[in-house]
Amino acid sequence: MAVAEQRRELARPSWTATLHDWVTTVDHKKIGILYVVMAVVFLVVGGCEALLIRWQLLVPRSDFLGPDTFNQLFTMHGTTMVFFMGMPILIGMGNYLVPLMIGARDMAFPRLNALGFWATLFGGLLVYFSFATGGAPAIGWFAYAPLTERTFSRSPATDLWALGLIVSGVGTTTAAINFIATILGMRAPGMALRKVPFFVWTMLWTSVQIAIALPPLTAILIMIVFDRNLGAHFFDTQNGGSALLWQHLFWFFGHPEVYILILPVFGMVSEIVPVFSRKVLFGYEFMAAATAAIVFISLGVWAHHMFAVGMSKTEDLFFVVSSLLVSIPTGIKFFNWLATMYGGRISFASPMLFVAGFLSMFLIGGLTGIMLAAAPWNFQLTDSYFVVGHFHFVLIGGTLFGVFAGIHYWFPKVTGRMLSERLARWQFWLLYIGFIMTFVPMHVAGILGMPRRIYTYDADRGWAIWNQLTTIGALIQVPSFAIFVVNVIWALRRGRPAGDDPWNAWTLEWSTTSPPPSYNFEEIPTVRSRRPLWDLKHPDDPDWEYE
Amino acid sequence: MSEAGFVHPLDVGAARPNSPSPTALSATEWGMVSFLLSEVAFFSTLIVTYLAYVGKDRSGPTPAILSLPLVIGTTICLLSSSGTVHLAERALRRGAVQTFALCWSLTILLGVIFLLGTAYEWYGLIVRDHLTISANLFGTTYYTLVGFHAFHVTCGLIALSIVLALALRREVSPRHAIAVELTSWYWHFVDVVWVIVFTVVYLVGR
Repeated sequence: MAVAEQRRELARPSWTATLHDWVTTVDHKKIGILYVVMAVVFLVVGGCEALLIRWQLLVPRSDFLGPDTFNQLFTMHGTTMVFFMGMPILIGMGNYLVPLMIGARDMAFPRLNALGFWATLFGGLLVYFSFATGGAPAIGWFAYAPLTERTFSRSPATDLWALGLIVSGVGTTTAAINFIATILGMRAPGMALRKVPFFVWTMLWTSVQIAIALPPLTAILIMIVFDRNLGAHFFDTQNGGSALLWQHLFWFFGHPEVYILILPVFGMVSEIVPVFSRKVLFGYEFMAAATAAIVFISLGVWAHHMFAVGMSKTEDLFFVVSSLLVSIPTGIKFFNWLATMYGGRISFASPMLFVAGFLSMFLIGGLTGIMLAAAPWNFQLTDSYFVVGHFHFVLIGGTLFGVFAGIHYWFPKVTGRMLSERLARWQFWLLYIGFIMTFVPMHVAGILGMPRRIYTYDADRGWAIWNQLTTIGALIQVPSFAIFVVNVIWALRRGRPAGDDPWNAWTLEWSTTSPPPSYNFEEIPTVRSRRPLWDLKHPDDPDWEYE
Repeated sequence: MSEAGFVHPLDVGAARPNSPSPTALSATEWGMVSFLLSEVAFFSTLIVTYLAYVGKDRSGPTPAILSLPLVIGTTICLLSSSGTVHLAERALRRGAVQTFALCWSLTILLGVIFLLGTAYEWYGLIVRDHLTISANLFGTTYYTLVGFHAFHVTCGLIALSIVLALALRREVSPRHAIAVELTSWYWHFVDVVWVIVFTVVYLVGR
C-alpha cells in the first residue's frame, strides 16, 4: 500500500497536464463532474444575488440597492438558477450515472457530450459578460415583451442574455439527444426498458421534454435578437407585434422547464428510498407510467402562468383542468414513495435525511401549486410573493433537497470517499430550518398583497416583519452551504474510504470500483432483473425469479 | 477516447451487439431521431408565429406579392432530391458505389437549384416589392421562417458535400451505410419541413 502511495506521488502529473486532461476530456464521468462543479459555482453566484436582494428588502424604504440594480439582480438570479445551476447539475449527475447504471462504457456521442458542456458553460459566461457592458439585463427571467425591445432596454445586456441562452440552450439540447441515444441504444444485454433503474427512466423522459421544449425557447430568443438587431417586429407592439404571443411561446417552454428540473430528482429519490428502506420500489410500472404522463400533460398547461392576462373562459377552464391533472401522476409518485417506506427498515443516513426533507417540502410546494392552478385563486395572488414562495418550495424544497440527497448518495462512488455524516446533518438542519424560515413568510407577505419584484415597500403595509423573517432565514442557509463545501473538501482529503458499495445497493453503478475506471466495467454485465447487483450478491436467491 | 475496448457507436452501426433486440434502432439512429424531434419543435414555433401574424399588417407588402410558378419549380426540385437521395442510399447498400455517387451528386445539384431559386425570389421581393425583414410583420415572419428553412438546406448541402468528397476519394463503402442513411434522414426532414412551409406560406397564408 505504502509503495503504491509513493508511486502515485511520483507519477502525479503537472497541473498543466491535469488542466489539459480536464479541458479536452470526452469521458462522461469527467464531463459529469465538470457540469456539477459549474453548477455549484453558479449556485454560489446566484445565491449571493439572492442575498443582496434579501438585504435590500430587510427594511422598508431601504436604499441599499437602487431599483435598477435590484432589477438586474433578480433577472440574473432567476436566469442563473434555472439555466446555469438547475439544468447543469441534473444533466451532470445524469451524465455521470446513466452509462454506469445501464452498463455502458460511455455516452453514445462522447464528443457531442463535451460540446454540450462547453456550450452550457460559455453560454453562462456570455450572459454574465453583460455586467461588463455597464449592467446586467433588467428584464426578469421570463423577459416579457415588449420590455426586451430596444426601445425599452437599450443596453447590449439584453442581447448578451439572449445570445448566452441560445448558446447554452443548444448545449442542453445536445445533452438531451445524447441521453436519448444512450438510454435507448446502449443498455447492457438483458436490460429491457422495463428493467432500467428508475433514475435512468426519468432522465429519458426529461430528455424527451428538453428536446421538445428547449428549441421553442431558442426560436423565440432568436426572434428577440432579430427584433433588436435587424429591426424585425415579432414583439414590437408599436408595429403590430404581440406581447401575448411571447407569453404563450415562453411558457410553452417555461412550464415544461419546471418538470425538466424535477423529473430527474424524482428519479434520484426513487433510487434512494428503496435502498434506505431495504424494500423494492413500490409500483415501478405505475411510477414509470406516471413519469410519461407528467411529460405529456405538462406540455399542455403553460397558460396557467397567464390567467391574469385575460384569456377567454374556455381557455381558462382548459388550463385549470390540465394543470390540476398533473397532480394525479405526481400524487401517484408520492404515495408510491411512502408505500416503499411503509414497513421498511428505514435508515436515516444523510441521503435519506435529504429525501425526507424533499418529501415534506415538495409536498407543500405541490399543494400551493394546486391552489395557484385554480384560476380564481390565481387572479388574486398572481405575481405576488405567494407565487415566489410556491416555486421556491418546488425548486429548493424539491429540486435542491433531492439533488443534495443524490450528491450524498453517489459522492462515495464518484470519489471513493465517504462524506462526514456529522457535517451532513449540520448542513441538512441548517438548510431545512433556514429554508422554512425563508419561504413560509413569503406566502404570508404575498397574501397580504406584496407584489414580486418590487425593490422596496412602505412601512405601513405590514410586510416588514415577514420580509425580515425571510432575510434571516436566508442568512441561516449561508453556513449550510459553507458546511457542504467544507464537507466535500474534507472528504476528498480525509474521508473514510468508501469501497465499491457502501450503501448495500442494487444497481450496476455500485458493482464497479469507486471511483470507476475510465472504461467503467471490465466486462459488460448481463442483466436479468431490476436489481442486477442483488442478483450478483445473492446467486441463491436472485430477484429475476420473482419479477 | 484512447481506452482499449471502447468502440464508438458510429463504427458498429446497427449491428451493435448490445442492442436489446435486432429490430431496435441503434444508438446513432436514436440520436438522429431525437435531434429531428428537437428540429420539429423549433420549426413548429416559427410556423405558429407565422400563422399568428398572417394578415395582421396594416401597411406594407402582403403575402399576395408571392408568386407561385417559381416556387412550384423549386419545390419540385427539392421533392425530387428526396427521391435521388433514397436511390443513392439504396445503391450504396447494394455496393454500387458509382451509382451512389451519381445519385448523391444529383441530390446536391437539386438542392443548389432550390437555394438559387430562393435567392432569386428574395432578390425580387427585396428590390421590386421592398419587402425586408424590417418592412412589416409579414417580412419579419416570412424571412425568418423561409430563411431558417434555407439555412437548414444549406447545412444539409454541406453534409451531403462532405460525404460526396469522401466518396470521390473512394472512402465511402457499404460499411458506411449507416452514416449515409442518417445524412439522408436529415435531408428527408428538410424536405418534409418544406412541404409544410410551402403549404402554410404559399397556399394557406396567401
